[in-house]
Amino acid sequence: MTFVVTLADAADAATVGGKAASLGELARAGVAVPPGFAVTTEAFTAAMTALDADGALRAGIEALSADVAEIARVAARFRALVAGAPLPAEVVAAIESSYAALAGDAGDPDVAVRSSATVEDSAEASFAGLQDTYLGVSGAGAVADHVRRCWASLYNDESVAYRRRLGLPEDEVAMAVVVQRMVAPRAAGVMFTRSPVTGDRSVVAIEGTWGLGSALVSGDVTPDSWVISKITGEITGRRVSPKVKIHQYLPNESVASPAARVTVADTQADLRDAPCLTDDEIRALAAVARRVEAHYGAPQDIEWAVLDGEQAPDERVVLLQSRPETVWASRDTSPAGAPKPRPADHVLSLFGKPL
Amino acid sequence: MTEQAGFPLPSQIADVPGAENWRSMYQYFTRFQPEDDKRFWFYNSMHFPEPMPAFDTITGEVPYQAIGANTARLFVFPTTLGIEHRIVNGRVYITANPVLDPAEMERRAAEFNPRAAYYFENWNSLYEGWKDRVRALIAEVESIEVPQLPEWEPADVVFGAVGVAQNHYLRENFQRVLALYSKMWHHHTEMLMLGYGAYVVFFQFCQQAFPEISDQTIGRMVAGIDVIMYRPDDELKSLARLAVELGVDDLFIQGCVAADVLSALEGRGEAGAKWLDAFAKARDPWFHVSSGDGFYHHHLSWNDDLTVPFAALPGYVAAVKAGGITPRPTEQLIAERERIAAGYRDLLNTDDERAAFDQMLGLCRLVFPFVEDHKFYCEHWFTTRFFQKVKAFGTLLAARGVLAEADDVFHLHHTEIDQALADLALAWAAGSPPLGAGHFQPIIAERKRMLKVLKDWSPPPALGPVPEALNDPAVRMLWGITSERIESWLNPDPDEVVGVAASAGVVEGTARVLFDVSEMAELREGEILVVPVTAPSWAPVFAKIKAAVSDIGGSMSHAAIVAREYGMPAVVGCGDATKRIRTGDRIRVDGDRGTVRVLEG
Repeated sequence: MTFVVTLADAADAATVGGKAASLGELARAGVAVPPGFAVTTEAFTAAMTALDADGALRAGIEALSADVAEIARVAARFRALVAGAPLPAEVVAAIESSYAALAGDAGDPDVAVRSSATVEDSAEASFAGLQDTYLGVSGAGAVADHVRRCWASLYNDESVAYRRRLGLPEDEVAMAVVVQRMVAPRAAGVMFTRSPVTGDRSVVAIEGTWGLGSALVSGDVTPDSWVISKITGEITGRRVSPKVKIHQYLPNESVASPAARVTVADTQADLRDAPCLTDDEIRALAAVARRVEAHYGAPQDIEWAVLDGEQAPDERVVLLQSRPETVWASRDTSPAGAPKPRPADHVLSLFGKPL
Repeated sequence: MTEQAGFPLPSQIADVPGAENWRSMYQYFTRFQPEDDKRFWFYNSMHFPEPMPAFDTITGEVPYQAIGANTARLFVFPTTLGIEHRIVNGRVYITANPVLDPAEMERRAAEFNPRAAYYFENWNSLYEGWKDRVRALIAEVESIEVPQLPEWEPADVVFGAVGVAQNHYLRENFQRVLALYSKMWHHHTEMLMLGYGAYVVFFQFCQQAFPEISDQTIGRMVAGIDVIMYRPDDELKSLARLAVELGVDDLFIQGCVAADVLSALEGRGEAGAKWLDAFAKARDPWFHVSSGDGFYHHHLSWNDDLTVPFAALPGYVAAVKAGGITPRPTEQLIAERERIAAGYRDLLNTDDERAAFDQMLGLCRLVFPFVEDHKFYCEHWFTTRFFQKVKAFGTLLAARGVLAEADDVFHLHHTEIDQALADLALAWAAGSPPLGAGHFQPIIAERKRMLKVLKDWSPPPALGPVPEALNDPAVRMLWGITSERIESWLNPDPDEVVGVAASAGVVEGTARVLFDVSEMAELREGEILVVPVTAPSWAPVFAKIKAAVSDIGGSMSHAAIVAREYGMPAVVGCGDATKRIRTGDRIRVDGDRGTVRVLEG
């Protein structure tokens, strides 16, 4: 049984989940991602087998009707069980040794623990993904705890209700978890390798804010935004917004709870209206975005962070996630034009109708 | 936008105090009529950034009769007739006459299609013939003689049985000069409207396929690299190199005077003679480049006023001695243009789209040499010769006491010059003095005074009810007038000047406002140039500045194209940047958004 694989080796989405497989693929393509490992679905299965050997509990969930109150009651009980039950010793050992390898000489480094769903269904994935990113987790025991919490999120009310509505079998439900070294970015955000507004594939659209990208994802700030031409490298759109709040990860604070290491504060006055990226950083991000898009052969939706430091911008960019862009991909865009018998016919038809 | 949120109506424009008599300078057919209040007019600041001297109104009168004839009558464009122009307080406003009835469009299209197709199919050979015809017009206008009215006719006139005296040719030759100018404008528009059509379809296609693409990027895919526009500046650089090679570079120092340098060279033996020979070759035709764009008599060519080339030469000579001038990296620029075009082409979704892209881009490349180079033949070469010829008539009238000085001729409408010539023809024949001095000199003095007053008037950018949608791509590309522009005209930000984003990038720096290329010596390294309009004669200043701002021009204007080559931000077509920005102001030029902000006045 393989309970843990390093991100560099994470490839099989069925066992490491989509997020880990994607991070692994980025790493193998030469894109910087924070180092880490994936706790596999085999670890999940081993843990579930330990606490529900005959599958009776999960059969009970599968038997639920669409009654919301009943789902809430049963799901809550099962979540508590998943989150609270000790993990099998082999899984704990695998997590401990991977965490130690990740730590190197750095003591107990802070990590982010995030779910890595195996399901293709994006709706299901988005339910599961809502509440299961834990930042600033430190120590092997805490990591194991948060792995369980990620797993438990598979049984949140919305996810269970969704599976029941579609009649999906409970014994096929599985989840992998990604554990990655925390980064303390100076700025972070998302970027798209086509315009989210117009669908234009010739640009990279970047949104960013100071500190952690969670301020942007949660809607706490209106991000700065830029549009960069992929072909000319020119920054053709800039909007600097007042970034009222900043989410920060404080690695050196001696606070008891990991959650407390991520703070939400008012942005200091001189940063609020200042762009969170330099032009060189914008170009470095766009270059990485193009590389990732070329690697996958399709437009991407990417989470990024830019670290502090003296190095060149392209050495300070790390990606936290890349997934296919779905909004415009599913839209039919009418062709911009078609060839005509003679080139001049284009002009003739232009002047033939009102401009 | 609604009709209420609006610009003043033409009838609401008050006369500028102190210049109430401005109408006396202009022809009746340029006046706003009561029914003109119902139409949308915009101030043609692109071509006419200053109040019009009476003679210079010919640069509206003649071009608009040529353009309209081309679209309405010659090629029979289905959707448009011609352009109407009006003058108020010395400024030229224009509006286009669209064809709106679908049946009429169809009737016109049947004529238009074969006519236009013929030009596209034979473009290159027609363009070759066109160049010959326009060169012939230039030679002809230069050859026209201004009769000098001798005391007696040469005896040959009698013995050769010519029978016609010189005073006859006063008006005939003046009318020929006007007629040639009109013909030049007909040729100017002969291929231009169709050429613009090729641009417009490619612009539209690119904007449909790549909604975020900037006009400037599309322009870069189309742009010709080896076009005449760069030639005058290249010639100057060659002359600078030659001066160093021949060891006569010591004569080219900052502040040198053209006439002194040229006479000194004559005393420099073979080296001096060689340089002067190269200089003479470069002058004809490359120094026929105008300091403006050919719509005012005071836009002189380098040949008319050697100040400009001799202000630029010392800098180039110094650069040659400091290690050489890098020639324009033509091959690199072509490679970059091809890379950009290929990059966008690859992003298209289908082979069909790529085939359409290839056709349209190919058509643009076909028409580009004409679209770009016609300006040199027409607005620069012909037009500067034309104004000099008119000035020669002015010199005659001044010599005969009708005018106080030759340049005063430009304060008379051409019909008034014709009257003055009739007067002179009669006076010479009768043996009496002409009466024109008493008649015209007070009129001219009053007009000069009024033009000074009118110069300070800020014309509204537009007049009349705003149309529902202003989506004509040709207007947008060439004039930079879009619905957004109109919006910003209606709600101006006092510290922001809005124009056309012509070359990308954002820089801050110190403004240097120059009104004439002869002032270029004032410019300091690293300043931001703010000018009414730039033409090829301004090219030498681009090596010194870090951004360019102009009152006039679109994304394919000279300043835009040169700024893109230098990779510096440019905002063009701002309308009144030279009024609102002062030398020494700290400004931010945003070539991505097309705005200029005054940071510290």
